[in-house]
Parts: sequence; structure tokens; C-alpha cells
Amino acid sequence: MSRVCVKFFALFREEAGTESTWVDTDAANLGKLFMEMGDRYNLNQSLQGVKVAVNDEMASFDDPVEDGDTVLFFPPVAGG
Amino acid sequence: MNFSISTQPLDSGRLREALLRHDAGAFVAFEGWVRNVNDGRSVTRLVYEAYEPLAVKEGSKVLEEARSRFGLLDVACVHRIGALELGDMAVWVGVVSGHRDAAFPACRYVIDEVKARVPIWKKEHYTDGVTGWVHCPAEQSSAEGAG
Repeated sequence: MSRVCVKFFALFREEAGTESTWVDTDAANLGKLFMEMGDRYNLNQSLQGVKVAVNDEMASFDDPVEDGDTVLFFPPVAGG
Repeated sequence: MNFSISTQPLDSGRLREALLRHDAGAFVAFEGWVRNVNDGRSVTRLVYEAYEPLAVKEGSKVLEEARSRFGLLDVACVHRIGALELGDMAVWVGVVSGHRDAAFPACRYVIDEVKARVPIWKKEHYTDGVTGWVHCPAEQSSAEGAG
């Protein structure tokens, strides 16, 4: 079991109704954690181009979830 | 070389001046403007937000890639965030090189990569009072709000 801080941005923040939350999770990797959060907070999980970052570094959904991490879920970016 | 996020209006004259140098023969700039229509809907304004720590990190990576790939003398990009009105400049890219052959594709590279990779989001406000996040990459290439 890992305890992580999860932060939501833009669309995900509005869907979740919160900017951040502490989560106790058994998720094996960040992709599983995203599905867990998606189910809990009714996030749109079908979007193409969702990105994840950990402790202010871009990460991969295959990366493991480490206790104490701050995990950032980014909906598809749209600068310009 | 500098990537930054600004809450203030962008001044292309000042941004350009910061890149002036005597060994440069070419300067190409790109400005992305807020326009009044996207995907067939009338847009009244846009609100941009960024996650600044990672936006600066990822944006700086894009600039470094452009510099080494195209042999640039200098390159800069600034993206505005907050509420923007029609006609406002949302993003500015400036590229400086010895010759134009490098400057044109490098400028295109920077704006394309920034749009695809840097954690910046925009919410459109439409004339009917409805709002929507722009989040479909497929739509973006043909119908972006600005840029």
C-alpha cells in the first residue's frame, strides 16, 4: 500500500471537483492509479493524449507508484 | 534561450529586441492570436492555464532541441496565461540563426512541439455562454483557438 498525493489539472480538476487529494493505493503502476482515480472521480478516461508526471518530472503510465510521490494527471494539452 | 509563462500581455517588439545580435542573418517569429471561431463555434474569449514548473521545464527542452537540431544562435518562446480576449497574442516564438534555411523550420518545430507537449490548457468561452476545454488533439491541428 502506497500513500500518494494526486493532483488534477484543467478538465480533470473540474471533473474531480478538487485540485488534489491524498490516496492510499495498491495500484501497481501509474496507469492503474489513473484508472482508479478515473472511476472514483468520474474522469473522462477515453481522452487521447493524457499525460502523467511524478514529483515535477514527466513520467510513464508503466512507472511504479512509490510511497510519498506527488502524481500529476494532465488532460491533453492545448497551448498555442 | 528562454521559455517563459506570462500573465501580462506579450510585447513582440521587446521580445524581438532581446534576441538582436550581430552574428545573426535571419530572424523568424511566430505569433499565435486568439480568434473568434473554433470548430464552427463563435468564441468570445479564451482562458489559458499552465502548470508552470513543468511547462518551463518541458518548454526549455523544446527550445534546446530546436537549437541543437537546427544550429540556431538563439531561440525564445513565451506563452501567456489567464483570460485573453479576441486578437490577444497567446504565444510568441522567436528564432535567430545565420541563415533563413534554419530559421523557418526551427520556428515551426518550436510551436508544434510546444502545442503538443507543454502542460498548458485552454478553455473556450462561446457566444451562447457555454464553455469547453479544448482537448482533442485531432481537432487541434485543424481548428485551434489560437496559433
